[in-house]
Amino acid sequence: MNRLHVDWTACDGRGLCAELLPELLTEDDWGYPVPRAGMNVPPALEPAARQAVDRCPALALKLTRVSAGRAPASS
Amino acid sequence: MTSAVEAPPGSRVQLRLLGGRNDGRLDSHLAQHGRLPVFDANQIVGLARDAGLTGRGGAGFPVWRKLSAVAATGRPPVVIANGAEGEPASGKDRALLAYAPNLVLDGLQLAAMGAQSAVLYAPAAAHRALGELIAARRGAGLDRVPVRLVAAPDAFVAGEETAAAAAAAGKAAVPGDKLVRITEAGPGGAPTLVQNVETLAHLALIARYGPGWFRTAGTPDEPGTFLATVSGAVAAPGVLEAGYGVTLGELIAAAGGATAPLSAVLVGGYHGGWVPAEAALPVSRAALTPYGGSPGAGVIVALPRSACGLLETARIAGYLAGQVAGQCGPCINGLPRLASTLTDLAHRRARPGLPAEVDRLARLVTGRGACRHPDGTARLIHSAMRAFEADVAAHLVGNCRAEEKR
Ligand SMILES: Cc1cc2nc3c(=O)[nH]c(=O)nc-3n(C[C@H](O)[C@H](O)[C@H](O)COP(=O)(O)O)c2cc1C
Ligand code: SF4
Ligand code: SF4
Repeated sequence: MNRLHVDWTACDGRGLCAELLPELLTEDDWGYPVPRAGMNVPPALEPAARQAVDRCPALALKLTRVSAGRAPASS
Repeated sequence: MTSAVEAPPGSRVQLRLLGGRNDGRLDSHLAQHGRLPVFDANQIVGLARDAGLTGRGGAGFPVWRKLSAVAATGRPPVVIANGAEGEPASGKDRALLAYAPNLVLDGLQLAAMGAQSAVLYAPAAAHRALGELIAARRGAGLDRVPVRLVAAPDAFVAGEETAAAAAAAGKAAVPGDKLVRITEAGPGGAPTLVQNVETLAHLALIARYGPGWFRTAGTPDEPGTFLATVSGAVAAPGVLEAGYGVTLGELIAAAGGATAPLSAVLVGGYHGGWVPAEAALPVSRAALTPYGGSPGAGVIVALPRSACGLLETARIAGYLAGQVAGQCGPCINGLPRLASTLTDLAHRRARPGLPAEVDRLARLVTGRGACRHPDGTARLIHSAMRAFEADVAAHLVGNCRAEEKR
């Protein structure tokens, strides 16, 4: 499965992704995306997720593969 | 800042890192500990694993896993000793760099086996003394990997690991996105290992005295000693050393004892949690988890009953909101809103739904920044809302329990 990742240092919070992916994302008080449940992308929403990634004006939205065995982040 | 306490018999207050002359000199260090034995990188991973050494910078992550993640890249890493200590309530890294800097530099050499460069990241005020020591050690043939001093700015987030890595790469000391982990590729492209200076100092002792010796302090789950910075309502605030599992009572007694009856204790610092002021409560991950806390970087702040825990938390939240690195929308907007909402509650500017709004905002910012500054701030506030539940209720009807105790 793929997972959405937001680079918060780049995201400008215009909320385009929440419009393109309302099933997964909503907007917070300031227009920044918030996951409704989690950031994992069900296969059915994969095309919409790719479109949101491609159209993010800040190149802040990414899709990554969920893979086991990666060293967890420390802090 | 350091109070050199004698360990009372049977107490877990015990000096290892701070058990020498604490004069920072190379000759005293070599007289006490001798030269570092020679190990290869694999053996060092094994030592850290067998000792159960965890990071002392706050997150408590197993050191051997980061060491092996970096080694697995097969490329020469950049290794950074993190002495930034941006946390205002912490003084232990500054004390360690003044009193036992040779242990830190030994540990840095061990972690930097095969590295392209080793960096000591520390506040500029410490650089003169450290620079002389680094030159003396190099002259004595102690350090194979040359050590570079990099200045850590005086800012809370400057010690976050990607901020430290950015500073070491000559960039601004602000946290970066973590889609690619720095252990794989840091800001300069090389795999990057960041360890707290105290963590490295423990590694230097483990290399000499062995994992078995290391485990004779602390608990089976959390072996070894840690440096604690004890402050607040205690007679002799300062830096102490104790095995994990030491009780709050033992630590506070070693810091001269409480100067007033206490209502709560902040454990782990500004990203930590409030716990009840129970003398028997052990400072260990297992014992603190139920309160949403952890030993963190060893910060202990004793709150007297005459002080309002909500006001104190609001003050800290205001400070933390002022320390956001200005990069991530949810953090830039959320932390000030969270702090001002908590401040309204602390100042008894009650309105319906105020505690629920604090809770909502704390949840909203969690996990939504490049670094864990929002998460740590939210953790502190959640713990305050639990620990000071009775105060919250009193504030909502315009009363303050601390005021009544004055
Ligand atoms: C906002 C923030 C500030 C931090 N400041 C420090 C610091 O000043 N010193 C430090 O060693 N770790 C600090 N950390 C933790 C580091 O990111 C990192 O986990 C640590 O340096 C790793 O070393 P350790 O595993 O030896 O503890 C901070 C983390 C965050 C989120
Ligand atoms: S589209 Fe990109 S920049 Fe806009 S809110 Fe979403 S992630 Fe942020
Ligand atoms: S989460 Fe906050 S403190 Fe951390 S990098 Fe982003 S803006 Fe800075």
